Amino acid sequence: MESAGRLDVNHQLILNDLPYVITWRQDRCLRCGRCTSVCPVKAIEPGVEERRIVESAGSTPAPASIRKVVSVVKQSTIVERRCIGCATCRLVCPNDAIEPVYNPANKFFWHANRGGEPYKRGGRRNDPDVSVLDRLKFTRISMLTDPALDAARHEFRVRTLLGRNLPPEKLPLKLSGDGLIPEGMAFVPPVREIFPIRIGGMSIGALSPTMWEGLAMGIAYLNEVEKIPVVMCTGEGGMPARLLKSPFLKYFILQIASGYFGWDEIIRAIPHMQCDPAAIEIKYGQGAKPGDGGLLMASKVIGHIAKIRGVPEFVELSSPPTHQTKYSIEEAVAKMITAMSMAWGFRVPVYPKISGTKTALAVLNNLARNPFAAALGIDGEDGGTGAAYNVSLDKMGHPIASNLRECYLNLVKLGAQNELPIFAAGGVGKHGNLAANAASLIMLGASGVDSGKYVMQATAGCLGDERNRCNICNTGKCPRGITTQDPKLYRRLDPDVVAQRVVDIFLSADKELKKIFAPMGRSTELPIGMSDGLSVADQAIAERLGISYAC
Amino acid sequence: MCRLSAIISAEYISPMEPILALETMKEGHDGSGLGLMMRSLGGEFEALREYPILSAITTHQGYLTLQDYMQEKGFRVKYRWEPQIKLTPGMKIQKRDRYLVNAYEYPESFESATQAEKEALLTATRLELRAIGERDKVNPPITVFSFWPDVVTLKEVGDPLEVGEFFGLDKHPIMAKTIFSQGRQNTNYAINLYACHPFFIQGFFTMTNGENTAFVPIRQYLESRGNPAYVGYNSDSEVFAHILHYSRRTLGYPLHYYKDVITPLAETETGRRKDAEALRLMRRSLRMLTIDGPNCVIGCDADGTVFMVQDTKKLRPGVVGGVKGKVGFMSEPCGIGSAIPGRDSDRDVYPMKYDFVMVRPGAKEIEVWNQLDGSTSIISLS
Repeated sequence: MESAGRLDVNHQLILNDLPYVITWRQDRCLRCGRCTSVCPVKAIEPGVEERRIVESAGSTPAPASIRKVVSVVKQSTIVERRCIGCATCRLVCPNDAIEPVYNPANKFFWHANRGGEPYKRGGRRNDPDVSVLDRLKFTRISMLTDPALDAARHEFRVRTLLGRNLPPEKLPLKLSGDGLIPEGMAFVPPVREIFPIRIGGMSIGALSPTMWEGLAMGIAYLNEVEKIPVVMCTGEGGMPARLLKSPFLKYFILQIASGYFGWDEIIRAIPHMQCDPAAIEIKYGQGAKPGDGGLLMASKVIGHIAKIRGVPEFVELSSPPTHQTKYSIEEAVAKMITAMSMAWGFRVPVYPKISGTKTALAVLNNLARNPFAAALGIDGEDGGTGAAYNVSLDKMGHPIASNLRECYLNLVKLGAQNELPIFAAGGVGKHGNLAANAASLIMLGASGVDSGKYVMQATAGCLGDERNRCNICNTGKCPRGITTQDPKLYRRLDPDVVAQRVVDIFLSADKELKKIFAPMGRSTELPIGMSDGLSVADQAIAERLGISYAC
Repeated sequence: MCRLSAIISAEYISPMEPILALETMKEGHDGSGLGLMMRSLGGEFEALREYPILSAITTHQGYLTLQDYMQEKGFRVKYRWEPQIKLTPGMKIQKRDRYLVNAYEYPESFESATQAEKEALLTATRLELRAIGERDKVNPPITVFSFWPDVVTLKEVGDPLEVGEFFGLDKHPIMAKTIFSQGRQNTNYAINLYACHPFFIQGFFTMTNGENTAFVPIRQYLESRGNPAYVGYNSDSEVFAHILHYSRRTLGYPLHYYKDVITPLAETETGRRKDAEALRLMRRSLRMLTIDGPNCVIGCDADGTVFMVQDTKKLRPGVVGGVKGKVGFMSEPCGIGSAIPGRDSDRDVYPMKYDFVMVRPGAKEIEVWNQLDGSTSIISLS
């Protein structure tokens, strides 16, 4: 006799294989359908099931067992429709009847490469462990040997310099009476005084209009009202022409990357610019996906983005892994830094940003010899991105702490530690400790830091985490409306709230930095390279970073 | 905490004067050491102005090594001063084998050398002697403090007053017109005479009260300037002497710019200065030398001008006061009261955030240079 149902269900996954399993409580569910309509990946859908239920009915009710078809919420076991754990369903549920639960024993990575296509995602390296930056402690506390400063009352200058600082021996100064006056010099490099935490490069395109606008408004408010000179980088893809020609351009670092997207608009706007940009960042690499260029999915290239970037709508924009006309750092430095400097009459700092790598020192040494190189940005393996292959995100890259430290100590050897500032990135604020991570990197030798993912999480509630939660920035289906060009999604995001949160996080970071620097007795200047203030409870890390071991 | 006492005088004075001033400030120091630096020397040294004086401490063996070394270099001893050691019962001072204060003639090959060449030779000699002495870290055979014309340095561990008497300075002093004394060994770490203030480099010297919180980046920056004399740093305060040297000698800045180097004005504060543009450039390029203190620095320029300067937050005491012809630079007023009786204390100057207080040789008046507007006020003395 043949069985009633097929038992041959090989090649189908079960919920145990999936990274997130939906817990749905039928007793609480109103069957309103909000969760199924809001799910960005269609992991859940309305369904029906036959259930045996006990019912008592009639004038003399007696419990009776009946079979009934009931409506349910079903979770898909198709890989492409796996639950990503974003919990938007829980967000919209009026009765708290549904939530995704992480399944640590999942088999997702064994099945993610359907169609021969490796798994791609957004986010950053999925490693939820405590990061090295978070293991660093500030242990040189002023105790009787010197009075601790008062974070609330003393004057603090939490500012850094973006740009090349001439060595004192080469300053164009001459004596006039008993004073010093500048004497003519062919080139004094431009330098900006900025807040030491910057918003790292995230493009219009990667980010939704409401998100990008919210960040930009927050930055403008911080500068104009709070007088905190925070700057943000545009990422690759330019800026709207009206912003390029606005007095707010000075708060933005224009990024040029290997796709040169957005630069037609920028060059056309140069004659009409009211002010110079804060700096030009030449992106050679990204910490999250070293050796990969930027990637903007076709679905995200909508009208205004196509216009800014000078491309047709809905074509995939993948930047090459490297600048195609440059095959060496020497050439890149000679051509690009000089060309970019010339475009703004040598009034704007121009610097390259590279992925964290064992070869960072070679780049650094070349920059140290080039009088026009304004800084070096190093983006470590914990940097974030909107779209990359998972293997790049998880397995490629170099941690920032030792990379930065090595570079800084090399500059110390050359005597150029103040001449060429290093901006460190990659995991700053990974676990929510923005100011502490920034302070640690500064004390290891960074002049400043970049943060991107923390900013998205803190200002717009980005749901991503290091357990591969959400991380679908690459699909354009961001449930928060941060990394999407779909109006239905990005209208969920109020740019004014984003702007307000931008201001919140920087005001708070400013206070926290002071709370860190005050007990360590540093207030007039940043504690750049003040490594004697740092300790770590790991002998090997301490030795590698040249800091003390404390347990 | 360190206690500092410096006197600049028109007449020759005994080092016991600033040492006794330290004694009045004793509540503030632990009596763990004495560092003395004297300039514009009198007595037998008055006629030896042009001859470099080596101030050192050696073991017996180290003494022989030093003699051989100096001979090999071509230095001939012109005059030898040795303290008349008096070790009375109850003194807690451990006498070392030899205390050297030798004036030398330059090697013959340097007789027609330029001043710069002679200075380079003296510095290189001091550094080489120091390196020889540091080969044995446990029992260093040679400790050398200064090698320069018209400068003598004495240092020892113990109560300053006792150390002064131990050296016989109460009976047989070296007279001088400028004397710096500091009443403490650096007891935060292992005792090391090199950690005792004042610190000397090519005619410049400083002593400091406080803790230099940014010591590591400042030290690294100085070490990276390519000057072989920027070494040592057994005390975080040694950088103040080297910053002074760097700003005056390497960069050629006028003396008062020392203030702008160690405590630069904020960009918003430079508006009243004629040299605002220069300050903007300096602040960027010299960022690594910014101090946060808390520090009170008393220094002596190569031209003999003595100064006092505070960190931006002025978290350490410091006062300058005196009479015409004799001015004290001390950590506490009671020190000046004991060293210079009869002064008008209303004319005392307590350097604050923007002040750079100077007294030039002759000690006729006190100059207060204001960093905020670049003006100088003169405090006349009676």
